[in-house]
Amino acid sequence: MTAQDLTLPLASAGPSAGPYRPDHLLVAQMVEPGSRVLDVGCGEGDLLRLLEGRGVDGRGIELSREGVNRCVAKGLAVIQGDADTDLVDYPDDSFDYVILSQTLQATRQPRVVLENLLRIGRRAIVSFPNFGHWKMRLQLLVKGQMPRTENLPATWYDTANIHFCTIKDFVQLCDEINVRMERAIALDLSGRPLRLNAPWWFWNMFGEQGVFLLTRRGA
Amino acid sequence: MSERATAASPVTPLQQRSREADRPTSQLALFGPDQPLRLDCGVDLSPFQIAYQTYGQLNPERSNAILVCHALTGDQHVANVHPLTGKPGWWETLVGPGKPIDTARYFVICSNVVGSCMGSTGPSSANPATGKVWGLDFPVITIPDMVRAQAMLVDRLGIGTLLAVVGGSMGGMQVLQWASAYPDRVFSALPIACATRHSAHNIAFHEVGRQAVMADPDWRQGRYFEHDVRPQRGLGVARMAAHITYLSDAALHRKFGRRLQDRQNPTFSFDADFEVESYLRHQGSSFVERFDANSYLYLTRAMDYFDLAADHGGVLATAFRGTRTRFCVVSFTSDWLFPTPDSRSIVHALNAGGARVSFAEIETDKGHDAFLLDVPEFFDIARAFLDSAAAARGLGRTGTAA
Repeated sequence: MTAQDLTLPLASAGPSAGPYRPDHLLVAQMVEPGSRVLDVGCGEGDLLRLLEGRGVDGRGIELSREGVNRCVAKGLAVIQGDADTDLVDYPDDSFDYVILSQTLQATRQPRVVLENLLRIGRRAIVSFPNFGHWKMRLQLLVKGQMPRTENLPATWYDTANIHFCTIKDFVQLCDEINVRMERAIALDLSGRPLRLNAPWWFWNMFGEQGVFLLTRRGA
Repeated sequence: MSERATAASPVTPLQQRSREADRPTSQLALFGPDQPLRLDCGVDLSPFQIAYQTYGQLNPERSNAILVCHALTGDQHVANVHPLTGKPGWWETLVGPGKPIDTARYFVICSNVVGSCMGSTGPSSANPATGKVWGLDFPVITIPDMVRAQAMLVDRLGIGTLLAVVGGSMGGMQVLQWASAYPDRVFSALPIACATRHSAHNIAFHEVGRQAVMADPDWRQGRYFEHDVRPQRGLGVARMAAHITYLSDAALHRKFGRRLQDRQNPTFSFDADFEVESYLRHQGSSFVERFDANSYLYLTRAMDYFDLAADHGGVLATAFRGTRTRFCVVSFTSDWLFPTPDSRSIVHALNAGGARVSFAEIETDKGHDAFLLDVPEFFDIARAFLDSAAAARGLGRTGTAA
């Protein structure tokens, strides 16, 4: 499998795009206007606001009460909930897209969560930090300690990220649970997409995070 | 604490209250024999009347109306001085010019529920068939009955779809009933500190209150009006017990602790030695001045009977299936009468029905009463929710269509 099969032309998500995070802009571009979206782990609602500005009917789930209340105070439809326990309450196919942004690695059962995302939504958009990035590998190889980076500064005993994976690991899991990748994009340290025609090993080495648009196989 | 009215004074508080039941200091909608209120118990209540207050201006599109639903012992005087107590409106923290429910922008309606005692037909009203006070001959009413009557009032005011229906506690139950029974007439719903059904715990507390009323010899099997007495001690005790459930352990401790009332040492008697006792006695005695004992029985019963899921084949999600109403559910961390899991189950049902729902749990130690008090985080959420509903309905900043 090569990356270029999975990618589509991508509009610029460069620094000129305003106050939004590059990965949010990237996700927003994957969502068709007018669709129904559930953002799992929506934080303070930045992505939801971006999406609603583009005519998307957005809903959010957020674990922290402070985050939820700030979202609701922005007029967003957000509830307090946990990706591990509360996704089961949603009926099948209730959304066009379910987004899990930088949260998969913090869930107790990433595989079950992923399956739920694609049960609730026709499509899922998942992004996560790539533990196969060369900086991670180097730290482990040279220092012999659990890697810490600017984006993932917590120590091993403090971190909420209990299920780190590499891009390669994630691709393998998708294969195992019959999930098809419609698009896959790796972002570098500054949040810019890597070369589209790069092979997987290159992404796994130089992608700081991966962003995937997923559907059920056979769907 | 017994402050029974004496017949000597020109207009006693009790006489004033009795008058308020039939001829209220409010706007009044009369529904004649051609418009009976179909009650869940099978009775057609007719004729009947609804007392209500309005604030602000209805816009020409009739799209800026917000219905406020009051709680168990509340009334229609949400944002004006109360005609009996002389105190400010019970929700002036939330409703008024520039407030989250902005009367400069929205047309706000609040009506007294049927079964209450502030001008809408209830057990202390005169029964037109006999000319006497209804008393226990008044039919048992339910939350859906209250909402049905409100819908008739909203019809009378010429309003199709309400911009929002808002309420806390028993008012929140009415909000949920509105959203379930009239989904197309509720653009947005803000149920606060409530549940889709009354728990065994809450029914139990209500039963204590009712038994206190009925144990008072002055209750006279509900016919106290005929004997010119009132079960004030019983109703006072009911209020005292209920009031504890509206607060939290932390709030009581913060306000009173174990402090003594106007004394240095315990009196070794059953006087109100502690501040908290004195406070509760005051709550009880001031309540009986403004509220009818039989109404208290009827309204607590209405809350007990409320079970939205049971009305929909036991599946709560069915109550909201296909709804396009925008919801914002709010609970408070220290509310043990309607704890957060009650609100969470509303949210689950709404999600299962695909509704647009927000849910915020507000951190406070003020207990169930928090929804009536100064809790800025709650105000921010209410304001933002209504703002976004108004924007979605195309209302400009002034309340007219943009």
